Amino acid sequence: MTRFRGWYWLALVAVLIGIAMVAVARGAVSVSLGAVIDALRGAGDPTAIAIVRDLRLPRVILGALVGAGLGASGAALQGSLRNPLAEPYLLGVSGGAAVGAVIVFALGITGDAAVTLGAFVGGIAAVFLALAVSRVGGRGARGDMRTLLIAGVIVGAFANAAIMVALASAEPNTVRGALWWMMGSAADATWRRVGWLAVSLLLAGGALVYWAREIDVLSLGDDTAASLGVDSERSGRRVFLLAALLAAATVSAAGLIGFIGLVVPHIARRLGLRAHRPLIIAAALVGATLVVAADLAARTVAAPTELPLGAITALLGVPFFLVQLRRTA
Amino acid sequence: MIEFVGLVVSYHGAARNAVDGVSFVAPRGQLTALAGPNGSGKSSIVRALLRRADVIGGAVTIDGRDVNTLSYAELARDVAVVPQREEAAFPARVREYVALGRYPHLGLWRAPADDDRRAVDQALAQAGVDDLAERDTDALSGGEWQRVRIARALAQRTPALVLDEPTTFLDVAHEMAIFELLSSLARSGLAVLLVSHQLNLVARFADTIVLLDEGKVATSGAPAEVMQADRLESIYRWPVVITRDPAIGAPALVPLRRPLNL
Repeated sequence: MTRFRGWYWLALVAVLIGIAMVAVARGAVSVSLGAVIDALRGAGDPTAIAIVRDLRLPRVILGALVGAGLGASGAALQGSLRNPLAEPYLLGVSGGAAVGAVIVFALGITGDAAVTLGAFVGGIAAVFLALAVSRVGGRGARGDMRTLLIAGVIVGAFANAAIMVALASAEPNTVRGALWWMMGSAADATWRRVGWLAVSLLLAGGALVYWAREIDVLSLGDDTAASLGVDSERSGRRVFLLAALLAAATVSAAGLIGFIGLVVPHIARRLGLRAHRPLIIAAALVGATLVVAADLAARTVAAPTELPLGAITALLGVPFFLVQLRRTA
Repeated sequence: MIEFVGLVVSYHGAARNAVDGVSFVAPRGQLTALAGPNGSGKSSIVRALLRRADVIGGAVTIDGRDVNTLSYAELARDVAVVPQREEAAFPARVREYVALGRYPHLGLWRAPADDDRRAVDQALAQAGVDDLAERDTDALSGGEWQRVRIARALAQRTPALVLDEPTTFLDVAHEMAIFELLSSLARSGLAVLLVSHQLNLVARFADTIVLLDEGKVATSGAPAEVMQADRLESIYRWPVVITRDPAIGAPALVPLRRPLNL
């Protein structure tokens, strides 16, 4: 296991800022880094100012926030569920959010806030449904995190089926809109959306950081957690809800962006982090960097065509995971 | 002192109570062993102490206080438990793992003080794993891992220690080392409660043996009183003879080849 050094924090932040600057500069109209800095200060060419401040910057920040939320959520979940394959979308959040968004699309409502809100409500509803399903098991299954995980998968599968039924009879335009949303994209970034996501992230992510030591203890198993003074049922449910909240907020802001929540915590652990307080923060930084980089690729690789961001992260994530598997084998 | 008073534990849908009116005491300064066949209720008793079993009667008290009146953190400052199983998904450095034993004292935010670091160092030394402190938990042998888990419990600095089958899968030397460690911990003043299948080792090291059968205390007392062939035969449903171990003369059990009914 590598040892985490203090300067890694500086490196993580520097890489994120560096890639974000490049992402703001590059695109259909490229702006020099100097012009970007001028524009951020409100000086220079008005067109450059408009591109940087109104188009690129909100998009880059939205991408960073989405990545941070998914990374933090995944780190908290893998620890508390003691499962290296756990990820936010397994909780049924993604399926539920997609159902919420598709319902809004199918109703013909196109407003930005309506879709965001529909997705968020759908995601949270799915989590509570998963909690209810996990209780069907009765007293024996009560509070068992594995039951909760299975319940999330079941709710997610149900949601996917519901989406297919809804889309089968929908207008082609609705299908296109819903599909694009399900592939994930930061293209519709607005400052209002950025602000909304930032607030949810600070609240739910902050709460996870606050309770992070409990996750350290939870990761040892229910009996050991109890012997160390942690009520695994209560605190496990709390982590589950907070992680789901984070995921729902990111999904409602940018659709489904796969693999970040799964892969990023592994990268943070490879840096030598185990305690969940620094791990969650590092996962947020790494997640932010990866999504900003992936979004940059989505915009520029096949320009002027824009590729779906969710597909790019999965394309990058799968080989990464294979390399991981090879190393551990 | 850990005291169980008429404890009854029941699992939903089970035909009989897993623990059915068990009373015994694990006093300070003594090694108390809890033995009995599989399914006799040993682990349920440990889970009841951790408040993780459905207790429908009786009580578990620690130094006279009912565990149900304690907060989870208070309970963890009074008694440290090494559960039977522990599946950690991610390896950690041994020192960091043992330091988690300070969680009941630190809570969510307090930074470890000198006292906490001393507790961790002492626990590592007591369990004989100080040379492993910088290793990763996934690079340990079975015996090392069990001692590291005991070190984590010792770092809690509690007056009572409970271990659920800590020597499963260990070879003779590692098993003996753990029994010696537990015996010395008891002599240093801790109340040590040990769940174990190793009747012969328990007979050599324990001050008291509590033998369970089908959720009830079948017999309890000093090893010489409990280790009687007829009692053990009826509890384990297998023919046995009791001899003397040639080293210190403690009663030793030898199971015979054929079951009674064949």
